[in-house]
Amino acid sequence: MTKTLTVSALALAVAAPAFAQSRDNVQVAGSSTVLPYASIVAEAFGENFDFPTPVVESGGSSAGLKRFCEGVGENSIDIANASRAIREGEIETCAANGVEEIIEVRIGYDGIVFASQIDGPEFTAFEPSDWYSALAAEIPQDGEMVANPNQTWADVNGDLPSVDIAAFIPGTKHGTREVFEENVLLQGCEDTGAMEAMMEMGMSEDDAEAACMAVRTDGASVDIDGDYTETLARIDSNPDGIGVFGLAFYENNTDTLKVATMGGVEPSTETIASGEYPVSRPLFFYIKKAHIGVIPGLKEYASFFVSDEIAGPGGPLANYGLVPDPELAATQSKIENEETMGAGS
Amino acid sequence: MSDAANPASPAASNNGARSIHTVDARTKKRNASEKRFKYYGIAAIATGVFFLVVLLGSILWNGVSAFQQTYLEVPVYLDPERLDRENPSSATTFTYNPLIAEAVWERAQELGFGDEFEDEGGMSPLISASAAAIIRDRVIANPDLIGETIDVRILAGSRVDGYLKGRVDRDSASRDRNIDVAHLELVDAMQENGSIRKVFNWDFITGTDASESRAEQAGIGVAMLGSFFMMLVVLGLSLPIGVATSIYLEEFAPKNKFTDLIEVNISNLAAVPSIVFGILGLAVFIQFMHLPQSAPLVGGLVLTLMTLPTIIISTRASLQSVPPSIRAAALGVGASKMQSVFHHVLPLALPGILTGTIIGLAQALGETAPLLLIGMVGYIATNYPDGIASGFLDPNSAMPAQIYEWAKRADPAYYERAWGGIIILLVFLFAMNAIAILLRRRFERRW
Repeated sequence: MTKTLTVSALALAVAAPAFAQSRDNVQVAGSSTVLPYASIVAEAFGENFDFPTPVVESGGSSAGLKRFCEGVGENSIDIANASRAIREGEIETCAANGVEEIIEVRIGYDGIVFASQIDGPEFTAFEPSDWYSALAAEIPQDGEMVANPNQTWADVNGDLPSVDIAAFIPGTKHGTREVFEENVLLQGCEDTGAMEAMMEMGMSEDDAEAACMAVRTDGASVDIDGDYTETLARIDSNPDGIGVFGLAFYENNTDTLKVATMGGVEPSTETIASGEYPVSRPLFFYIKKAHIGVIPGLKEYASFFVSDEIAGPGGPLANYGLVPDPELAATQSKIENEETMGAGS
Repeated sequence: MSDAANPASPAASNNGARSIHTVDARTKKRNASEKRFKYYGIAAIATGVFFLVVLLGSILWNGVSAFQQTYLEVPVYLDPERLDRENPSSATTFTYNPLIAEAVWERAQELGFGDEFEDEGGMSPLISASAAAIIRDRVIANPDLIGETIDVRILAGSRVDGYLKGRVDRDSASRDRNIDVAHLELVDAMQENGSIRKVFNWDFITGTDASESRAEQAGIGVAMLGSFFMMLVVLGLSLPIGVATSIYLEEFAPKNKFTDLIEVNISNLAAVPSIVFGILGLAVFIQFMHLPQSAPLVGGLVLTLMTLPTIIISTRASLQSVPPSIRAAALGVGASKMQSVFHHVLPLALPGILTGTIIGLAQALGETAPLLLIGMVGYIATNYPDGIASGFLDPNSAMPAQIYEWAKRADPAYYERAWGGIIILLVFLFAMNAIAILLRRRFERRW
């Protein structure tokens, strides 16, 4: 038995380098939010070009960027999708591993919407302050922090239905959570004056911000670590529940969900593109410049992705829920000229 | 024992009033408790059967519709002004989309629809995004078609398909931004006219996965190939290693503390949760050995680890069931130890070994947890492997991973496909288990 094991282990060890054969397809990994868009583009790319269909994997923005920064060569991915901008630390890691030239491509914007069961209570209009008061772990009251006393939405805002607070928000591993915390909770915290009150109580700005974004853990707010499908299932089984979804997901399920306005603005591709709707974020992908010209089809894929036919208004990405970038033309020329980060700006 | 002796005890027989024909209180009690136990058993089985029926019923109820798909049949005019006969591949699918929309729009006008929709752009919910590529490929293969009107059969959009299957109705369509009630009226008319038909969906079984915007095009074929290549790896590694291990332990190894330790650990290994093997696979095969991520080879290696204990345990059990007299007789007529094992014991144990292997494979086929960790989900399996090597090494999905992937997607049409995928997976599992049972019935000898 030992012999068999040794032999098979040897066989594997010998075979491993042989996998480093030349690669003829583009490899992409990263954000699960960008995955649907990237796969729509990859599919259309495979149909229209003689290059093989690019391989698109998900795994999250951070995981994708980590693989992206592992080094240059056929064994590393060519493009990382991200639902947030690359961080300074990641650029440093990249540089340390030899990935020095990175092209940043913004493909458009993604809106985050607040939706509930279509026949459920009348959740039609929210303000960031409503969400802060409903979800904060502790709120300042008469000069000290007390556990959030609000039990129903009506406690928070008299205009909202008088049902128990049951919010299904993205878990902390999601990029969406960051946007939710910053654009909704923190904003609401400032709007209600809670942040000011905390700082008057002697908290530093950072501490106050952290307190603003701390979510209660008494069951009124539930972190969803899975996908929007899971949030949808929770809403289905709880008529009073309200969930946080991506605009694209909502647009695909308008027959079962109703959406609420935020700050008086209804989420739509138009209001997000114009910046009126407050809760949105840019989506990116990052190209390894060293791979252009080595991996066949890489540059073609990138320019196809941001072409007007694909990423522009009325294109397949917009139909799926991506909010087109008004500055698409600048992005197109950026790819054409292979402008790397730092060099162009 | 003492209970059974009671009715016939001397005290009872002395009393003339009692006979074996009259049932005394204790016997009654014992009979009643026996009957009760029988009812408990029946209730337990009934509960089990009930859940099984509910489970299978809901799988079939939700999934059977995935095996049918709605197609549009319309004549499409290949306009020579927009398509270049000399260089047919210069026109992208974006050039073909309006051609198809115009063809459907024409059919709609023939059927008396016109006011409800402004122009051919209103036809897009009816047409799958995959249609343009099908026609483009046909034109590239035969550029002479340009300028002619060809009859094509293309996939209908997922909402139209949902309408024909009862998933979408007028009520939900009125709230749905992707389709209008007017579209459904048109679909009704086109169905009557024969331009829209629902047929058996071979593409679901043989096709590739599709992006989120084309649920109607997605199939499980590529994932099935991924599972197939993984099973080849599992079979090719775990059968020889497992059988060699068992023969050595059972027939050759001395019985001592060390072999006892190995035995205990094999049993322990069989009970290790599969996600643990996934983590191990990620650490060893991908991060240390740098094997490609998402490849069926890695999936197969991880599942091999998981299947080995099952195969070893069942092989050892079937070796043990071969009577020692067979070995003694073989040794007695002068066979060597190895000859007695390979000429006599192993052939007799073979049905048991094969049964154990097939059951181990069936288990591995349905396993998802370790595959999550080595990247076989979150990936769109759109490419068929183009050869044996690429089958093992190119990123692919596996059937259970594909089902998980579909269940997560936004378009409700994917939900139905996830259930359909479960039906296919179950058919495979039933078939494998049936083969195992058949082998056992046919060839297993009992002493």
